[in-house]
Amino acid sequence: MRVDVNALLGAYPWRRVPGSSPEALRAAMDRTGIDEAWVSHLPSFFWRAPEEGNAWLYEATGRDRRLKPIPAVHPGRKGWEETIGEAADRGAPAVRCDPTYYGLDPAGAEMRVLAAACAAARLPLVLAVRLEDGRQRHPNDTAPELPAAAVRALIRTDDDVRIIVTHADRGLIEEVHFGSTPEEAARLWWDISWIWGPPEDHLETLLATVGVEQLVFGTGQPLRIPEISLAKLDLLDLTPQQRAAIEVGNARAALAF
Amino acid sequence: MLIDVHAHFYHDRTPRADWRERNASRLRAGERMGVTIHVASVLGTWGRTSPVYFPSPPDLQYGNDALLALERAHPDRIRGYVTVNPNFTAHALGEIDRCRAAGMIGIKLAASRRANDPLLDPICELARERGLPVLHHVWQHRRRDWPGQEASDAPELCALAERHPDVRFILAHIGGGGDWQHSLAALRGGTPNVLLDLSGSGADGGMLEGCVEAVGVERLLWGSDLTMDTGWAKLRYLAHLLRGPELEQVSWKNAARIFPRGAFPSD
Repeated sequence: MRVDVNALLGAYPWRRVPGSSPEALRAAMDRTGIDEAWVSHLPSFFWRAPEEGNAWLYEATGRDRRLKPIPAVHPGRKGWEETIGEAADRGAPAVRCDPTYYGLDPAGAEMRVLAAACAAARLPLVLAVRLEDGRQRHPNDTAPELPAAAVRALIRTDDDVRIIVTHADRGLIEEVHFGSTPEEAARLWWDISWIWGPPEDHLETLLATVGVEQLVFGTGQPLRIPEISLAKLDLLDLTPQQRAAIEVGNARAALAF
Repeated sequence: MLIDVHAHFYHDRTPRADWRERNASRLRAGERMGVTIHVASVLGTWGRTSPVYFPSPPDLQYGNDALLALERAHPDRIRGYVTVNPNFTAHALGEIDRCRAAGMIGIKLAASRRANDPLLDPICELARERGLPVLHHVWQHRRRDWPGQEASDAPELCALAERHPDVRFILAHIGGGGDWQHSLAALRGGTPNVLLDLSGSGADGGMLEGCVEAVGVERLLWGSDLTMDTGWAKLRYLAHLLRGPELEQVSWKNAARIFPRGAFPSD
């Protein structure tokens, strides 16, 4: 069993990306042995009202049991609490918010209230550090990357808040993990999509320092090819139990409030 | 057979205390991935006593010697590019011949001088005479100057390649950050003596299809650079994208074609 907690559907505004349809995602999952994908709606990262992409997302994922919706919530918009309620009612594994894309202070009052509301609804909050390598972004793609300080601030807002951070590199993960109490750090999960493998061995290092239980399988597909995350795992000497934890167990644990 | 045309190693005079572990990790990962030969370079002292992209002659010499020592220690696994700084012409030319005589099979140019600068001409002329390919560090669309390097982009490398049509140039790490579509546009339909190395941490959806479309499989070279995981991922993706003989071209046959005869076991 392999769960990709970081998959995207829909067009990307900054370049043509093949494979952004549900059919193409399913084909990529078949190719790479991914059994379940937690899917976000890519275009709405860039919308003033990102929640307007959720209807399409529910419809697209509703036709395939392997696809699970991660609806978007903008805590600065009227009715955002209802978006969280709908996500819970529809069985979404988590909700997402991308404050730097929405023009919100990533550690501001709106985000802190959102984090607490997610905890109350027993839904993890998904945050992306970035979508693309900063060196290659379109000149007009100027949203800042999610800062480590914001993750630290949000995990402290409520004792029950759980956060899954995608596209984080080793430096950010270490800064947040060791800048948090053990209890806080245990409520943070990191997808492996942006963590370097050999010869730098950042993922191997994090397994030893942050711990296998905080790492989850994610790809960022189709912006990046999903084979990357599989290759990272295949280059490690993991026990079957460790591998299963990263590929499915830890994601399930993040949902077990 | 799998040839990594873009590898790096470290040595005792770099800033890294973990240099042995990184070298060992590359070789260990290569074993698992099936890398037959790592064609590597060492950029001087990697910043310890001169800048990474502006290495001093003594640092270049030390780094090249360290790489030659690694070649001797792993004759079945490692080959070398001799790294030179074009600002020191006499030293560069001498170092190329010294390291070629010791077994190195290519020339590495980093970012000490723009690719279209006339100072690169004597190096390329020597590359032609000795039959050595030139791996050139490239920023995929340089929209501004970056600190610590005089980075070149694809149009500048193509200008150099047009001046030296009998030299094979390798455009480094198409996945190494920056606008790879800009580089592909520069290569599309021209400069047949420029080949693309697929290395780099970037492995965007559509990138590999774009590379195949822009230059064809006969001008693609597989490599890893600093992230072997993304290199392996691209190889796996190409296995779905290409037919078997095409994949062989990318994974080793194109490299065997452009490096000196006898450089690899297949020769």
